[in-house]
Amino acid sequence: MSGWLLPRDRDPVGRTDRPIRITVDGEPVTGIAGQSVAGMLLAAGWTSWRTTRSGAPRGVFCGIGACFDCLLTVNDVPDVRACRRPAADGDEIRTQSREENA
Amino acid sequence: MNVVIVGAGPAGLAAAEHALWAGAQVTVLDQAETPGGQYHRMLPDAYAAKRPERVQHGRAEFDRRRRVLAHPRCHWWPGSAVWAFDRAEKAVHILRGQSDGGGRRRLTLVPDALILATGAHDRTLPFPGWELPGVYTAGAAQALAKGERVAIGERVLVAGAGPFLLPVAESLLGVGAEVVGVLEANPFSTVRKGWSSRPWRLAAHAGKAGELARYATTLARHRIPYRLGRAVIEARGVDRVREVVTARVRADWSVVPGTERTYEVDAVCVGHGFVPQPELAVAAGCVLDDGFVRVDAAQRTTVDDVFAAGEITGIGGAVTAAAEGAVAGCVAAGGEPSPELIRARDRALAFADRLATAHPIGAAWRSWLSEDTIVCRCEETTYGELTRAAEDTVCPGPHALKLGTRAGLGPCQGRICGPTVSELRGGTERHHRPIVQPIRLGELAARTEGEPG
Repeated sequence: MSGWLLPRDRDPVGRTDRPIRITVDGEPVTGIAGQSVAGMLLAAGWTSWRTTRSGAPRGVFCGIGACFDCLLTVNDVPDVRACRRPAADGDEIRTQSREENA
Repeated sequence: MNVVIVGAGPAGLAAAEHALWAGAQVTVLDQAETPGGQYHRMLPDAYAAKRPERVQHGRAEFDRRRRVLAHPRCHWWPGSAVWAFDRAEKAVHILRGQSDGGGRRRLTLVPDALILATGAHDRTLPFPGWELPGVYTAGAAQALAKGERVAIGERVLVAGAGPFLLPVAESLLGVGAEVVGVLEANPFSTVRKGWSSRPWRLAAHAGKAGELARYATTLARHRIPYRLGRAVIEARGVDRVREVVTARVRADWSVVPGTERTYEVDAVCVGHGFVPQPELAVAAGCVLDDGFVRVDAAQRTTVDDVFAAGEITGIGGAVTAAAEGAVAGCVAAGGEPSPELIRARDRALAFADRLATAHPIGAAWRSWLSEDTIVCRCEETTYGELTRAAEDTVCPGPHALKLGTRAGLGPCQGRICGPTVSELRGGTERHHRPIVQPIRLGELAARTEGEPG
């Protein structure tokens, strides 16, 4: 088990959830409008989506745009910080490795 | 007067408010789509939350503060990454558009006065396994819980130093995570000494005592142990964290042998205080002291017409940041701050001193490290590599160290490992990031698309 989005009916803030759908390396992932790409991936059970020079996995670390651990490719634009980028319906996400962009 | 403010957190919003009162034209820039910074992190508009105050601390104060953005003399520019400051032309270079997107608009502003309120991010000391997915900063856990209602895991341990760990634990509980414990590395004696001396000086932060009591109640209700003098010294797992090892530590944070304890978790969040984000101040040529921007009693930096407020001048929390922002905004707009404004700022500053005294970083933390512990997450430089390079008399100095080990040369450009690498080699941190924010070469080469309307 890993991350999740608190279900709407248990959330005291009174959300209105508008479902959106993106793909990650071709695999469909669902979430709600307003979530960051990182939030959507974490809530869908991903913990990592990038590999380092040595091939080690990385996902979110700092969550506010300082560490660049969560970089991925959004609609063919590489090196997007997943924690800073709101997800949009239909976004095509690709995981990244350092070698690929070297 | 034309005042540009970078950052829409407590410091930036207070600066805007007071600069407007003093009669200036104000432009407020922030990378995020919503104002508030990390402290007043808002839920996305798309959530259409009916009761956002249920998760947002100090919501009423924030609602009042953010109204300045609608003032007729205020321009609010969300989604604006300030990537450079040209000292000769005093020009602020901005990219506006989607975060790290390809089609951002390039703009410049040349203000009469510039107020930097760029804030801070978590400091996390390295420990074996801290690079594993599932290890987060305390700020990440908070941002995801408070800003998106996402829990980082099912069973989470919260550890590090400082009072920030408590609201993080509360936020995690609020999104349904099980918090297995909250660990403060400093012993009770250090924390008590820091907070209890000269209590009358906490007058500016009267709300803090109530807030602490609320956290204590929440932890007790959920039967979550809050332990002092205990730290996370290792995270284990293959592709992600599965368990963490904690140990009792002495006042200097050296490990007490035989006190190790292992917790099964799927996430751990760790924060050892905060480090300022001084890139723009450095680009402007401001003098730093120990990483923080040097300011005088009027929040002036050492560079004419450049002011600084909030966490980049010292870690003191939202109340302190707002008090500093108020003075900066007033002076930057050509006004004379009232004695009350100055007094409020000075009282608030006492909180910053106290925070530093109550929750210091113990010098013996490096005893947690082993030869192969990663220090620079981006380039995977290990403690052993750094120690060997630092002892190399043929290539002395931080520049050789960086080129020899690649520490700080990866995507984050030393934002995370910088303070640690400096501390390990016994020097002060050097900031060399002429490009404040990452920018694509194509964006750099593109002609300026025009002046803002």
